[in-house]
Amino acid sequence: MNIESKISLQEVRKSFGSRHVLNGITLDINQSEVIAFIGSSGSGKSTLLRCVNLLEAIDDGAILLDGIDISEPGINPDPFRRRIGMVFQNFNLFPHMTVLENIALAPRKVLGQSKNEANDHARELIGRLGLSDRADGYPDQLSGGQQQRVAIARSLAMNPEVMLLDEITSALDPELVGEVLDVVRELKSNGMTMLLATHEMGFAREISDRVCFLHQGQVLECSPPAEFFSRPQHERTQQFLQRVTDAGRL
Amino acid sequence: MSQPGVTRRQAFERRQKRRSVLIAFTSTVIVIGLVVALVPQTPGWYKVKRSFFDGAVLSDTFAKLLSAFVKDIQIFLWCAPCILIWGMTLAVCRSVRTPALFPLRLFAAAYTDIFRGIPVILTILLVGFGVPGLGLHRPWNSPYLWGSVALVLAYSSYVAEVFRAGIESVHESQRAGARSLGLSSGQTLRYVIIPQAVRRVIPPLMNDFVSLQKDVALISLIGPIEILRQAGIDKSKYANFTPYVGAAIIFLLLTIPETRFVDHLMTRERRRTSGTAVR
Ligand SMILES: Nc1ncnc2c1ncn2[C@@H]1O[C@H](COP(=O)(O)OP(=O)(O)O)[C@@H](O)[C@H]1O
Ligand SMILES: [Mg+2]
Repeated sequence: MNIESKISLQEVRKSFGSRHVLNGITLDINQSEVIAFIGSSGSGKSTLLRCVNLLEAIDDGAILLDGIDISEPGINPDPFRRRIGMVFQNFNLFPHMTVLENIALAPRKVLGQSKNEANDHARELIGRLGLSDRADGYPDQLSGGQQQRVAIARSLAMNPEVMLLDEITSALDPELVGEVLDVVRELKSNGMTMLLATHEMGFAREISDRVCFLHQGQVLECSPPAEFFSRPQHERTQQFLQRVTDAGRL
Repeated sequence: MSQPGVTRRQAFERRQKRRSVLIAFTSTVIVIGLVVALVPQTPGWYKVKRSFFDGAVLSDTFAKLLSAFVKDIQIFLWCAPCILIWGMTLAVCRSVRTPALFPLRLFAAAYTDIFRGIPVILTILLVGFGVPGLGLHRPWNSPYLWGSVALVLAYSSYVAEVFRAGIESVHESQRAGARSLGLSSGQTLRYVIIPQAVRRVIPPLMNDFVSLQKDVALISLIGPIEILRQAGIDKSKYANFTPYVGAAIIFLLLTIPETRFVDHLMTRERRRTSGTAVR
């Protein structure tokens, strides 16, 4: 194992009943590294990210954060979840709260910030993500792109050390994808460690330090994007990229 | 041809509105007219009219009924918050998945099964006659107290089920969203799940409370002089059923505005949190 890894996945296994979804995933992710997971639907990308966030308990193997095993059965996941932000495909915003309340909730209740402190920080984030005029609106009154930016702001409000982004543009109209990707670019330029599952091959190529291909719950290959896209080693990867190319998404 | 200052749609909507008002008015007049014309033709009408719709008896008894109804409202007002709190507690107990709290879940499940399965009137009779039978002294033998306790026991089981349905109707992704931020399961329940669940169950909840408003009258069986018992007394005194009609009118005066008010609240809430409405 690599001591400097921000996150280290070691032989991670996860099944749902008799269905093996993750079949021994091993990967070391460095501080400030951006990893893009690609693979066909059902290959286990979401499950992997959910496991890293401890939303799913893994069956075997280990997940280390700064060298500490956070996947130990029985451990309280809450202190680690605070340090790992997650953004979902369908935003998962709280519909009964305003944008500001969505963002300020966790800092207040989890970090114990005062209402003013949390709101100030939330407003700052809202401004940074270009949503200033939306602070007091409700999620259902926003466009998909705006909602996803709020979801990112909500995660960032906890000052996470790692961000997990699960197909965050898949539910968006094409013309709204750009505004969300811009935010991810900004996160990268600030040195955020990120694991993202994506179908946007162009974006994966642009933003990631390594692209990992997931197939039937295994990482078949993992390499820098230039290499990954021009010289895929594995036959399955070649087939997948071919399909994506045929579908006009590369 | 459109009038000046009126869009095509506005003109269309005005025409539509005039038309529907006209249709609604005509059909109402016809139906009411038929009822008014035909019912007095029935052979027993004059008897029914005398014993149920006697204006003199109504005006004699109405004030007393009204003041007895204050008792119903009081009972309702102290039962309702107890029912809400106890019902929510039961619902939360049933939603908790921690093994250590399994006995709590079991208790809550058994409780709701039992009290939902017993007619309210039986619960009132059993609690209302049973507990004071233990030989308690004042004020602990008050039929108001035990009648209210019986209502709370029965209605909290209905309300618990409504809350539980609401809690379960909140999508799993909301829990994931909250937990991913580091909120504990208790905080997730409190700040994310329950507020959404409560909003969703307000209509069925209000139905339960309108029923409660009516079922308060069942307490009359164990003693308190509230509106139903007062109506019974007046019925015997005048040998006339009109006091019951008076009581019914009084109930309606309260329950109809109640339901309308809730509808109004719901519409406003929907408008506040959602985007454009679909026609
Ligand atoms: N909670 C669950 N229960 C049962 N099966 C699940 C669950 N979550 C995911 N799966 C299954 O695991 C497989 C991988 O799913 P997922 O991780 O969502 O893939 P991806 O995100 O790559 O499309 C799928 O076959 C899916 O049906
Ligand atoms: Mg997925």
